[in-house]
Amino acid sequence: MVDLIYQLFPYAIAFTIPLLLTSLGGLFSERSGVINIGLEGLMLMGMFVGAFTISQTEAANPGTAVWIGLLSAAVFGAIFALLHAFACVTLNANQVISGIAINMIASAVTVYLARFLTGSGNVQIIRGLSRQTIPLLSDIPVLGRLFFTQSYATTWLVLFILAAATFLLYKTKFGLRLRACGEHPHAADSAGVNVYLMRYMAVIISGACAGLGGAIFIVTLSGEFNGTAAGLGFLALAALIFGQWKPWGILAATFFFGFASTIANVSQVIPTLAQIPGIYLKTFPYVVTLIALVLSSKSSQAPKAIGEPYDKGKR
Amino acid sequence: MDYIVEMNNIRKEFPGIVACDDIDFQVKKGEIHALLGENGAGKSTLMNILFGLYQPDSGSIVLRGKKTNIANPNIANDLGIGMVHQHFKLVHNFTVTENIILGLEPTRALMVDTRSASSRIRELSKRYNLNVNPDAKIEDVSVGMQQRVEIIKMLYRDAEILIFDEPTAVLTPQEVQELTKIMHSLIDEGKTIILITHKLREIMSIADRCTVIRWGKVIGTVSVSETSEEKLAEMMVGRKVIFDLDKKEARPKEEILSLEKLTVNGKDGGHGLKSFSLGVKCGEIVGLAGVDGNGQSELIEAVIGLRKPDGGKILLHGEDISNLSIRERIEKGVAHIPEDRHKHGLVLDYTVQENFILKNYYQPPFSARGLLNWDTIYEHAERVIKDFDVRSGQGVEASARSLSGGNQQKAIVGREIDGNPDLLVAVQPTRGLDVGAIEYIHQRLLEQRDQGKAVLLISLELDEILDLSDRIAVIYNGELVGIVDADETDENEIGLMMAGGKRGAAV
Ligand SMILES: Nc1ncnc2c1ncn2[C@@H]1O[C@H](COP(=O)(O)OP(=O)(O)OP(=O)(O)O)[C@@H](O)[C@H]1O
Ligand SMILES: [Mg+2]
Repeated sequence: MVDLIYQLFPYAIAFTIPLLLTSLGGLFSERSGVINIGLEGLMLMGMFVGAFTISQTEAANPGTAVWIGLLSAAVFGAIFALLHAFACVTLNANQVISGIAINMIASAVTVYLARFLTGSGNVQIIRGLSRQTIPLLSDIPVLGRLFFTQSYATTWLVLFILAAATFLLYKTKFGLRLRACGEHPHAADSAGVNVYLMRYMAVIISGACAGLGGAIFIVTLSGEFNGTAAGLGFLALAALIFGQWKPWGILAATFFFGFASTIANVSQVIPTLAQIPGIYLKTFPYVVTLIALVLSSKSSQAPKAIGEPYDKGKR
Repeated sequence: MDYIVEMNNIRKEFPGIVACDDIDFQVKKGEIHALLGENGAGKSTLMNILFGLYQPDSGSIVLRGKKTNIANPNIANDLGIGMVHQHFKLVHNFTVTENIILGLEPTRALMVDTRSASSRIRELSKRYNLNVNPDAKIEDVSVGMQQRVEIIKMLYRDAEILIFDEPTAVLTPQEVQELTKIMHSLIDEGKTIILITHKLREIMSIADRCTVIRWGKVIGTVSVSETSEEKLAEMMVGRKVIFDLDKKEARPKEEILSLEKLTVNGKDGGHGLKSFSLGVKCGEIVGLAGVDGNGQSELIEAVIGLRKPDGGKILLHGEDISNLSIRERIEKGVAHIPEDRHKHGLVLDYTVQENFILKNYYQPPFSARGLLNWDTIYEHAERVIKDFDVRSGQGVEASARSLSGGNQQKAIVGREIDGNPDLLVAVQPTRGLDVGAIEYIHQRLLEQRDQGKAVLLISLELDEILDLSDRIAVIYNGELVGIVDADETDENEIGLMMAGGKRGAAV
């Protein structure tokens, strides 16, 4: 049993990380008052851009191609998210509809480009990110084996982003203003905060995070772009709600999803788990989420003004 | 003449209504200038234009002799204009400090320096006697405290021209006196104050000049020393206002509401309600007097069902209702005019007519076979807004949000009284209403009483309690200090009891 956990742990973490980052992106957007259902599409965009960039550059620079890919995924995610910001903030469009449009555009555009550029719908990369064992730290009993053995550099990057996001949201004036825009934009406005600008920035950040999250998924787990984000973006959205719009809640929620999904994925090859029908294991995280959402709905911490386009003329 | 603010020919239209109809308005440096007008006359709109929240359709603003364009509140801020809004603009889950510094945060090493900010707030709070706790969360503090936070917010920004949009509507008489002192000390520091208020006495006692507007037009500007309350009221309403109520002898009958040793724990170390017993009879108005935050909100919330009591009983017609849902209580004849009209009174983005049926949309005649009957709803709403003079640009189709503060209040009061409830829990029923409207609402409350209905009146306004009530219960620290007959008491005695003194102890 203990061995099993040791074995599963690296996979669970690898699965958690892209979810966590995407969910954090959603956190910025929603805390500023803009619903972001488009996370799925933004992730997909990141997956495509990341995979394509790497596949084009890895022959020439084998060492840095992965990082160039990750960076360009983040940049393109941010640019793509501008579309959502423009619709929601400048045009006062319905945020849910705009998010759905983002998802539809993303899957259409990426598949079209993949076909056009590579001939097939898939974009493969030859070398993903390699796992590393961190010297010294990996010698710590238990924790060393769980966390510091066979870990990806991106894991540490994302955990750093988590800490930075928490700091940004709760300690800096940027965060204070951003949260005010999501709770009571009129109060923010009359205090001299530019609500439109804050929301633009928040949505752009969410695009960069989701794009990077998608690309991380490519370089650590899947190794190829195949035209779908397989619902990961929606899972990230669920984690955002499950985690009650708080960074550490999101960490817990995404880790739960990551662990449960990993168990479901490998259950067939592990004797103890193989006895349980796969369908139960696969649906387990979703069922738990549903129940948790129902139970926590009464004390929902959702930002007050979420989903409302800001209208100055209104009062 | 050196005016610090000159607004010339300001015009602002909203769908169906001209809120400001070519208004000319001048304020001298260093004066307290009152702005008076009926509910919906356009006072808040005019001040929102000065604060940069709205842009006028035409007209110009001259500040300190220079023509300026105030495109947004930031510019107003830079020009030294501050405003306390009629409906507070505070973020509910932020602390007092965070709300005050928002947009102007002091930082240290990238981080918002809440420590230094809160010590400055503490200082301001002490200097002006505002009694604000910088670390409290807005959602946990009383409406009165929220108002004081808004005042500090403005002082924190070193504004020179201070706009107060009905600041005293929610303050206790003592707090109003404090505020008066604050205003005088601000004037002494060379600031200028524009004060919107419906309380004529306040205007008479602190303002230097007063501009009256009616239906978006300036009726005139007068020197306060050359006018009287009656004259101001007449200018504002366009007719003589009767200040004396026609109050008949009460004929109380059986007890309808009995609170037996009701205990409700306070939020976050508040007083709560401790073993509180009180009876309200049919055909009488019982006033509940007390300084804000002494257990009134706990009592109200327990009676109408927003909160579960932690002990004791609430009997309605002798039946224990403490475990009934809010809807069941409403169906048994309990109605409620809430303290916070936005939080518990209205769905701001619904129209007026939709707001009128919030509590009984599912019953005939408003709905039949599961479908809403819009014709009846419309007719009903038309009648209520006519009865209660709820003014708006688009009648019953206007969204509640677009109504002026006083008209929102009238809409709620109208809805509750029109339902003809057996027991009306009226919390600050005339908050933010003009004198004409107050006169009308008071009459309607007395009518309810004369028809044998019961009213539990909670108000911070001692005058209102003394004028309307038949009996007055005084609450202090969550406990009942005593009950007195309204005819046999006066302001002084109630005042003493509100500070915790037992009846007769002062003699
Ligand atoms: N944003 C808006 N949209 C539509 N109508 C509005 C809006 N703001 C104000 N109005 C209308 O303009 C008129 C004037 O409103 P305003 O708030 O200035 O009144 P007021 O004098 O402050 O009244 P009160 O004493 O009740 O606060 C009202 O009839 C109101 O319905
Ligand atoms: Mg107003």
